[in-house]
Order: sequence, then structure tokens, then C-alpha cells
Amino acid sequence: MSNQFAIDIQGVSKRYGKDVQALDEVSLQVRPGELFGLIGPDGAGKTTLIRILATLLLADEGQATVDGWDVRKDYKQIRRNVGYMPGRFSLYQDLSVEENLTFFATIFGTTIRENYDLIRDIYGQLEPFRTRKAGKLSGGMKQKLALSCALIHKPSVLFLDEPTTGVDAVSRHEFWEMLQRLRQKGITILVSTPYMDEASLCERVALIQKGRILSIDTPANIVGSFDKPLLAIRTDDMYRLINDLRQFESTHSAYPFGDYVHLALDGPIWAEAVHAYLVGKEHTGIEIKPAEVTIEDSFMELMSKE
Amino acid sequence: MRTILFIIRKEFVQIFRHRVMLPLIFMMPIIQLIILAHAADYEVRNINLFIVDHDLSQYSSRLVGKFQASAHFNVVGSAFSSKTAFDEIQQGDADLFLEIPADFQRKLLRDNGAGLQLSVDAVNGVKAGLANAYATAIIQDFNEEIRTEALGPGAGKLPLSIASSNWFNPELNYFTFMVPGILVLLVTLVGMFLSGMNIVKEKEIGTIEQINVTPIRKYQFIIGKLLPFWVIANMELAFGLLVGWLIFDIPFVGSLWLVFGFAALYLLVVLGMGLFISTVTETQQQAMFIAWFFLIIFILMSGLFTPIESMPPWAQHITRFNPVAYFVEVMRMVLLKGSGLMDIKRHILVMLGYAMAVNGLAVWNYRKRS
Repeated sequence: MSNQFAIDIQGVSKRYGKDVQALDEVSLQVRPGELFGLIGPDGAGKTTLIRILATLLLADEGQATVDGWDVRKDYKQIRRNVGYMPGRFSLYQDLSVEENLTFFATIFGTTIRENYDLIRDIYGQLEPFRTRKAGKLSGGMKQKLALSCALIHKPSVLFLDEPTTGVDAVSRHEFWEMLQRLRQKGITILVSTPYMDEASLCERVALIQKGRILSIDTPANIVGSFDKPLLAIRTDDMYRLINDLRQFESTHSAYPFGDYVHLALDGPIWAEAVHAYLVGKEHTGIEIKPAEVTIEDSFMELMSKE
Repeated sequence: MRTILFIIRKEFVQIFRHRVMLPLIFMMPIIQLIILAHAADYEVRNINLFIVDHDLSQYSSRLVGKFQASAHFNVVGSAFSSKTAFDEIQQGDADLFLEIPADFQRKLLRDNGAGLQLSVDAVNGVKAGLANAYATAIIQDFNEEIRTEALGPGAGKLPLSIASSNWFNPELNYFTFMVPGILVLLVTLVGMFLSGMNIVKEKEIGTIEQINVTPIRKYQFIIGKLLPFWVIANMELAFGLLVGWLIFDIPFVGSLWLVFGFAALYLLVVLGMGLFISTVTETQQQAMFIAWFFLIIFILMSGLFTPIESMPPWAQHITRFNPVAYFVEVMRMVLLKGSGLMDIKRHILVMLGYAMAVNGLAVWNYRKRS
């Protein structure tokens, strides 16, 4: 079966028991060589989707192909050609860095040396610790080892399930740089993350919530689809601020965003009007400024439409 | 093939990397054999006997003397009231008391018969039964003696006397009897626990996720997982037999090849059970619980501690499904009696069937994806 997409998902559904609809007719396509982000909160269905694509889980309905191979019938080919990094660290903690990597190389019928090129950037940083047990590595190093192991057989598609969860900011940044370099080597990457700020590092993203895809687009277009004036507001009493803003007549939505509350407005309203309203509500220390729309704002907007 | 070898190598590295594993594997048979073989001894010595002698005659003191002379009994005291004796039993200071009535000697001489009372603390049924049997034997012996004295030689002998001799274990040596059985437990423990725990551990810490997306085939993974423990268990058996031979002087009447041949087959059954348990559980805790459930039943009903022949018929039927019982029997048959291949043919066939059934079920139930 020829297919122009590296990953092609058509109407995939999955239930757990009676009550949990983990995936509800999900369809999405990932182009070869693309760095594709699956963005959504915990419990959105990201892990379920990746496990179905990695042939660890059978979908109830729908079809999916990876590299043209059907996830149900051709699982053997898929297992030979994809790399998978589960959300939880899944290497042998009692084996050393090198033993882990050698083990995974061998079961794929290859050697570290054969594919060293691909992992040089990543594994290179680990080599000084190659006799250390995997269980004794720091979070960032564990993640690098897991990525090396997922890459050692030169996969054409790489599935990364929340690779940066529980990793410090510097390591997260490094990790995304590694992904960019891997993309340049032609590997298709599907990465899931609950962090909205990581979405902008992907070529395209799918926003997923409660097992349904809300939107698939480039980060820029998703941000661009947000068409309302947006203000960042801060006062001395943040808790009361949100409640007051939600009662303001022109408010479209108000939600906490870092140290500020982001206020989306229906129609062109001046910041002065909001200021006057808050003064009327006896707020002090009022700070109001125009906010730059981020993907998180778009996501909040899409979620509220659901 | 290369993949299997590599998985096996990885398993061995992991098993022996744990610092306690290697010493434990060699200490376990020694400790278990030495402690269990000495402790699991059914011979009852030092039974505490309390005497209530209301007669205080020549005959009654001769009877008490016979008890004192016996290796089985310790006379711990005497009194004139059965209530005192009963209190001794209550406090655990005496295991039984013998009450001799006041007119014991007179009745024996006049009526040609007299009554005695033995009261045995039967909280421990095995000990009570043996104490009773030993005491009865001593009283019978005494009976014969006084009849001979009174009626002349020959009169005391009962018309039929039974002399028994113990074959294959002439001295009724308990070590000879217990050690081969205890080795079976050891091998079972290694096979069922280590293998089952090992696979569940991969589930528990999530490594199985990573393994399942590789091209490793189901049979490669299972063989790679089970073979190391098969080897270790066989080595345990060899080492245990060596210890048994050196320390307990266990006879090796039959062929060792036969013992190891049967062990090889038996281990397939046990490992298969471990594998099956690992497929139906998610955590090591669950696996441990289920493995113990079966192991306790298997061990208590294996004929190692209590003879299968003395179990009620329904229980005897259950033991037919107990692999441990088969191996205990084979070990005793081959090592003590020198049974050959044809003698244990039935055992081999049952194990073969068992191995295929258990492993078939386990492999069928093992899933790389849900």
C-alpha cells in the first residue's frame, strides 16, 4: 500500500471499559520528515494514540498506518521500523548505559557502531558515564539514553510520549534541539507534550482534548486564528480579579496565565474601560497591558468552544 | 537464535548483578538442608511423662522403671492425684500421664488383669499418637514379662509375633528420607518464584513496553527469560545433592542421570507455572501472592511432611495434580530405592503432559499488545 503520509490515522476510536472514551474518531496525517506535536492536557488521549501507533494497543475502530504499514496487520514491519520512547523511563535500571544501548542494538540486529552517526550528538554526552547504571542517571541523562535506545536501529518514524515531562528547563531545551537535528536527518517525529510552549517548536501540531482533535495546523496559524483583543491584567487580589473579570459585560473569557490574567474581549474595547471597571470593583495595584497571543490562548479558546 | 542468546546473557548479567543473588543461590540449599532436615524429624524423643501411682507396689514401680529406661520418655514427676497430673499437662510441663490404680498388683495376681489409664495431651496430634504408641508398646512388653514370670517361660509370648525390618532405609534415617524431598522444594522455589517475578518485574517497571515494540518474537522472549532459571535451578539441585551427600551421607542408589533428566522435565512445569502467573498479574506483589498460594498447597500436599497414603481419598485425588508430589516421589524412588526409567515411566508421562499444558496455556496467554 503506497501512502504519501508517514503516519495516517483515520477515524480511530478506543474505549477503556464502559465509561472512558479515550479516543473518539481521531483522524490526522503526518508528512514524512515532519516534526509533529500532539498537544493536550493529561488524560486527553495522547498516550493511547501513540500506543496504538506503536502497535502496543489495538484500536476499537478506525484504521491507521505507519510508513504505509497497517498497525493491525503489519505490526511486525512497524516494530522493526519505528522508535518508541514511552512516557515512563523504560530501560533496565540495573544495566549500565552501554549495556542498555547494546541490548537494544542487538535485538534489532544491529550494533552501536553501525548507527553511531545518528546518535552521536545525543549519546556522545552520555559516553563519559557509559559504565554507570541507568537507574543512577539524572532525569535529563535518562531521557537522552532512552532517546538513544529508541534511535539505535535507525527508525524512519519516532514516537515520543511526553519526553520532557519531569525534566528541567535546560534539558528540555536541549532535548528539543536534538529533535530539530533528527528532523534534519529525515526522521518523522510524533511527539506528545502537555506543555503548550513546546508546541511552537513543532512544524505542525494537533490540539487534542478528551479524545478529540480540536485543531490541526502550524503553530503560527493556530495563533493567528485567535481573533479577539487580548489583555494581560494584574492586580493585588488575583483571585477576586478573575471572578470580577468574568462578570464584566464585554468579557469573552478570562483565565490565569502565569502572573497575569489573560482577558479576551468581545469587540474593540479600550483598556481604559476595563481599568475603570476594576477601579469600580475596588481593585488596587492595577496593571493592564496588551498581550501577545500564544498557542495556549488559542487552545483555551478552542477548549471553551467545545 | 542470536537474539535468544543475547536475552539470556542480559538476564544472567541482571541476576548476578544483584549483590545478594550469588551468595544466596549457594547458601540457600545449605541453610535449608541443614535447618529443615534437622527440624523436620518425626521421631519423638523426650516425651515428658508424669506418673500418678496410687499402688506403690513392686509391679507398679517396675512399670515406672521401664518408662524411665526408655529413650522416648522423661519422667518429669509424680503425684498421688490425677488433678495434679492434669495441671502439669495444662501448664505444658507434661505431655502425658500414666495413672496406676491402687489395687494394680493385687488385681493382676488375683484377677489375671488390671486397668491402667494413659492421658495424652493431643494438641499436637502427631506427637500424641506417637507417645501413645510408644507407651502402649512399653506396657505390652511389661505385660509379657510378668506373664512369663507367673506362668513359666513361653506362656508370656503371644502366639503370633511380628518382626519388621525397614527396606531401602534400614535405620529409618530421617535425613535420608527428608533431604531428597527438601531439594525438590528448593528447586521449585527457584523455578516458580524467580521466573514469575522476573517477567512481572519487567511489567511493573515498564521495560516490557520498550521490549514489546521491538521485533523480539514471543518465543524468543519467553525462552530467553526461562532458560536462565532452568539452568540455575538445575545447578541448585546439583549443589544440593552434593551437600546432601557430603553432610547427610544420602545414598545414591539409582542413576543420577535419571534424577536430572526428571528434574529437567519437572522444571519446565514449574517455570511454566511461573510464566503463567506472570501473564495474569501486573505487579510482583500479586505474583508473589498467587505463587505462594499454590506453593503452600503443593508443598503441604506433596507427601514430604505427611504421607499421601494417610490423606483422605479426596485429598489423595488432589495430589495427582501436584507436580511437587511426583518429584518428591521420584527423588525418593531413584535415590533410595534405585528405581529405573521404567519404574518412573508414569511420573515422566504425567510431567510431560503437565509441561505441555502449562506452557501452552502460558504462551497463549502472553500478549505483546492489549
